[in-house]
Amino acid sequence: MNRIDKKFAELKALNKKALIMYISAGDPDIKKSEEFVYALEKGGTDIIELGIPFSDPLADGPVIQEAGLRSISGGFNFEKLGILVKSIRKTSEIPLVVMVYYSSIICYGTEKFVSLMEEIGIDGVIIPDLPYEEYDEVKPYIDKTDIYMIPLVAVTSGDRVPMLVKDAKGFVYCVSSLGVTGGNSNFDARIDGFLSEVKKNTDTPVCVGFGISKKADCDRFNRICDGCIVGSALIRTINSSGGDPKAVEDFARSLR
Amino acid sequence: MSKDFGIYGGQFVPESLMTVLKVLEREYESYCSSDEFKNEFMYYMRQYVGRPSVLYYAENMTKALGGAKIYLKREDLNHTGAHKINNAIAQALLAKHMGKTKVIAETGAGQHGVATATVAALFGMDCEVYMGTEDIERQKLNVFRMELLGARVIPVSTGTGTLKDATNEAIRTWVARAEDTFYIIGSVVGPHPYPTMVRDFQRIIGDETKKQILDAEGRLPDRIYACVGGGSNSMGIFYPFLEDKEVELIGVEAAGLGIETGRHASAFAGGKPGILHGMKSSILQDNECVVKTAYSVSAGLDYPGVGPEHAYLHDIGRVRYTAIKDDEAIDAFKALCRYEGIMPAIESSHAIAQAMKEAPALSGDKVIVINLSGRGDKDVNTVAKYLGKEI
Repeated sequence: MNRIDKKFAELKALNKKALIMYISAGDPDIKKSEEFVYALEKGGTDIIELGIPFSDPLADGPVIQEAGLRSISGGFNFEKLGILVKSIRKTSEIPLVVMVYYSSIICYGTEKFVSLMEEIGIDGVIIPDLPYEEYDEVKPYIDKTDIYMIPLVAVTSGDRVPMLVKDAKGFVYCVSSLGVTGGNSNFDARIDGFLSEVKKNTDTPVCVGFGISKKADCDRFNRICDGCIVGSALIRTINSSGGDPKAVEDFARSLR
Repeated sequence: MSKDFGIYGGQFVPESLMTVLKVLEREYESYCSSDEFKNEFMYYMRQYVGRPSVLYYAENMTKALGGAKIYLKREDLNHTGAHKINNAIAQALLAKHMGKTKVIAETGAGQHGVATATVAALFGMDCEVYMGTEDIERQKLNVFRMELLGARVIPVSTGTGTLKDATNEAIRTWVARAEDTFYIIGSVVGPHPYPTMVRDFQRIIGDETKKQILDAEGRLPDRIYACVGGGSNSMGIFYPFLEDKEVELIGVEAAGLGIETGRHASAFAGGKPGILHGMKSSILQDNECVVKTAYSVSAGLDYPGVGPEHAYLHDIGRVRYTAIKDDEAIDAFKALCRYEGIMPAIESSHAIAQAMKEAPALSGDKVIVINLSGRGDKDVNTVAKYLGKEI
């Protein structure tokens, strides 16, 4: 059973919502990333997103862009992701989702990428610049494995929603605002209607991300959805604490 | 309408932008094929840009090189001094039709930014131009020109602070503001429908050339040369000739300090398939798939990717792509000044340099056309600096 499904089943039994946290893998190095994963898990995180750095990340705001550039200059690559995840998997069964721009997959080789994800124990893949119309470039390969391709749905998706969520597995990633990651809590006015529309179209858990930085944001969305995704706010915490795992753990706990 | 050119092109953008792109594609298809649009576009082409641009027989240059007969397509004579204005006017007309009151654009050297600021002034639209902080420093004159025309220049310091980062930021801004804002892309790049749209707006160069060369020579040219950065002037002049197999098409990229040095802007000599700015194309990348900073003495060719249709034409062999180094381009710049009293843009000088290499080996009954995509006044400082002259 895919670890994401297992996790959501557990949460449902406890009547709890999911807390999903994003870190930029390899920022500043994979040793630190591993510490952050354990700290997040200890702090009550349910699923961890590992961001693969890319030089030109269209969906990301400045905080994640800079984290990615630090990771790139630290020499991060897929081989290092392999070392990181294999090491995590020795002690932890926390669901891991990789967030990766499509260019990195092309460059590494699509089939090679999918087998690596399978080999090291990744549970889901999010490709923020691969919209539905381009799925055939990657999804057929992912679907041959037990790994899930997590669909992204936006406030502006409109009548595309049923098409986007119809085969969704793992969870559906709803983008809370029209901007990039790391915005503030001024969510789009259409957000509530949009989230109910998505919920109506799928039985797969629906989680919200982009611009979520504090407990109040999580509570607001958890009333309608199945979980929240926090990225830039975590990276800001990492930066301001000088990379202290305890601060990371506390921040995760503060969102529960 | 197909979104792909072979394996290239596509729409590799966040889901937030997909509905916006669908609407744009629909509006483009219906409005831009209407007589209303065509008449309005042609009105501005004639009355504002000064088209058709002449196809000039460069007699002195032809005699000096002693080979093929050389014609220059004079896009440098357009209002604002380059081919960029054709596309900017067409996109602004589309924006107006779609009820948008604001336009945004990216710019590297500032030429497309100036063209966009110009049309925004003409049509009374609010205009923001995204420009890398490095480029703002290097192109102060164009920054001031844009401000005089009423545009706001937004500095982009993320990433490398150059054109590629300015383009990322313009796309990110557009995602958030598409409701009232139109994104005027300056080249045949970006997600579908931009590469097709910009090519169609620039094909006026090739359509005119075809008619003009038939009038002058009674036949099609043997070769056409054009420089390639993103590739809009070259797509514009090549496109109407793609089916005329007897016409050889030559796209000239910037080899910078030399391909072997790694300091160049040739997506074909040093690139591999990747995604940049929402398109799949040939992109300059290092071993870890990081998009590399392109280099050329010519700011307009200094782009790490190339339009997806070019990547396709490269793969099927319809266009021959080559690259010219900085020093060769500067020599061609100086040569055309002396031969014809015409000062070409450094971008266009790359096409001239390639033609100058090849023309002497062709017999006198051969005819070649060089797309002189822009004028060189803007480059005088760069050329002086390159030659070590204080001015």
